[in-house]
Amino acid sequence: MAISTATADRPAQSAAEETEALTPSEVERLRLDFPALHVKRNGKSLVYLDNAATSQKPKAVIERLDQYYRSENANVHRGMHYLSEVATAAYEDARKKVQRFLGIPLTCEVVFTRGTTEGINLVAQTYGRKNVGPDDEIIISAMEHHSNIVPWQMLCDEKGAKLRVVPVDDRGELVLDEYARLLNGRTKLVAVTHVSNALGTVNPVKEIIALAHAQGVPVLLDGAQATPHLPVNVQALDCDFYACSAHKMFGPTGIGVLYGKAEFLNRMPPYQGGGDMILSVTFEKTTYSGLPYKFEAGTPDIAGAIGLGEAVDYLEAIGMRRIAKYEHELTQYGTELLSSIDGVRIIGTAKEKAGVLSFTMESAHPHDIGQIFNDCGVAIRAGHHCAQPVMQRFGVPATARASLAFYNTKEDLDALAVAVHKVKEVFD
Amino acid sequence: MPANRALYEQVILEHNKKPRNFRPMPDADHKVEAYNPLCGDHFTVYVKMNGDRIEDVSFDGAGCAISKSSASVMTMLLKGKTKKEAEALFVKFHNMVTANPEAPIDEADIGKLCVFAGVREFPVRIKCATLAWHSMLAALDGRDDSVSTE
Repeated sequence: MAISTATADRPAQSAAEETEALTPSEVERLRLDFPALHVKRNGKSLVYLDNAATSQKPKAVIERLDQYYRSENANVHRGMHYLSEVATAAYEDARKKVQRFLGIPLTCEVVFTRGTTEGINLVAQTYGRKNVGPDDEIIISAMEHHSNIVPWQMLCDEKGAKLRVVPVDDRGELVLDEYARLLNGRTKLVAVTHVSNALGTVNPVKEIIALAHAQGVPVLLDGAQATPHLPVNVQALDCDFYACSAHKMFGPTGIGVLYGKAEFLNRMPPYQGGGDMILSVTFEKTTYSGLPYKFEAGTPDIAGAIGLGEAVDYLEAIGMRRIAKYEHELTQYGTELLSSIDGVRIIGTAKEKAGVLSFTMESAHPHDIGQIFNDCGVAIRAGHHCAQPVMQRFGVPATARASLAFYNTKEDLDALAVAVHKVKEVFD
Repeated sequence: MPANRALYEQVILEHNKKPRNFRPMPDADHKVEAYNPLCGDHFTVYVKMNGDRIEDVSFDGAGCAISKSSASVMTMLLKGKTKKEAEALFVKFHNMVTANPEAPIDEADIGKLCVFAGVREFPVRIKCATLAWHSMLAALDGRDDSVSTE
């Protein structure tokens, strides 16, 4: 799949889409930034294709964390001393970087969380508990990660509300007609994933949001699998909440972001109580801080936030459009490669797809596939990918999943194909 | 790939392809579901008792090669055994798969089960190897419920 062909095939592209994909030589250079990609096992570098689980970290992020702990470490928003000022400035600077990266209108709409899961739970426990009552409805989809199912189930159980589920078709695309039918006067929130972790489907979120807004229903997007791979602009999407995790976007574990429109965040009660989220406390009355601190109780993951800021800088320097285009070509290459092998079934064949190749093999269980792959030095994930309803939908107990990042190459996918043949050799 | 060749012994691959006693048992005395949510292994183990002795044992469901072949070998070994004997065999099996990979194996003592010795190198696969056994023990105790390794 030559880059020039891909461009020539689609002459009617808008200016923004004419971006060139990363070139193989650029990718070779970028790979040098990731020490873990060069870990050797049996004398060979690992082929890392488990990016949907977590991504590797560039030196810039690793060194930024190191620098923070060596020369900037202090608590934020409290100290009157030099180090605290440095730490606070770096922490708040990271918030601005995230704001710019996701196209968030106001800095105070960037809430640091532990990750996507906490972001979704935060909305369920604050917005949800305040606004959802008996017989109200929350719409999710059949391709959600457990983290965008269980918090809503817990809320529905508590409030006597109903969970409605948008079905998925055989390609792994949401059935939008069904979705439109599910929206009604009782719907209090729509919570769907931007990109499916198990199928790779990129959902038509703009359309989903527009349909919900037409009925006055707010929409939360689970962006965990989107932010590392696609340009995301929450203003252009007009979503009301957007949650993502740093560790999937080349940043540290333990930190994530929740975006919420200020008009919603302001009306939501705090999530947790503690330090930093208050203006004043007496035993009679506590006054809460404003945004975003109302939702950041306790000492935050300062280093993590700063590391995320560095990751975001790193991604912006490469360019998310170029990354998306390169990964698209890589996904097509991998899809063709896998489809050409007898006995391999790809699960998730949506038209709009990110770099997730979920598959099963006739002769081997995904767990056995993963095991043989490991011996071939290819890291993938085998299992239900925290999306059991997706597995049920496609009638499989589990899948093997290769998931890409911009630092993967065609050679990595060739190694994947070799490993598939090895599995056949052992189990056929 | 020396490690996996040891894990996927020929006997294991053969049982995976043609599992023994792989059938439901409508007149079972006990029926226990075994589930490993991590990898989606899902079996049902059926047991028919005659006094204290296992008269018949079978299983069905789906899972990886290790879990399926382990269940298959287990059904072959336990038919005709008493509850006590079955439990003693499980202890031996469990000790073997959780042992240090360097530890010597007393093949005469462990018998056919020694084909699963490769599991020692892969701690995540211990659950696969022991899944059906846990259900079996639950069945023998009359705990007819589902067993999960998580």
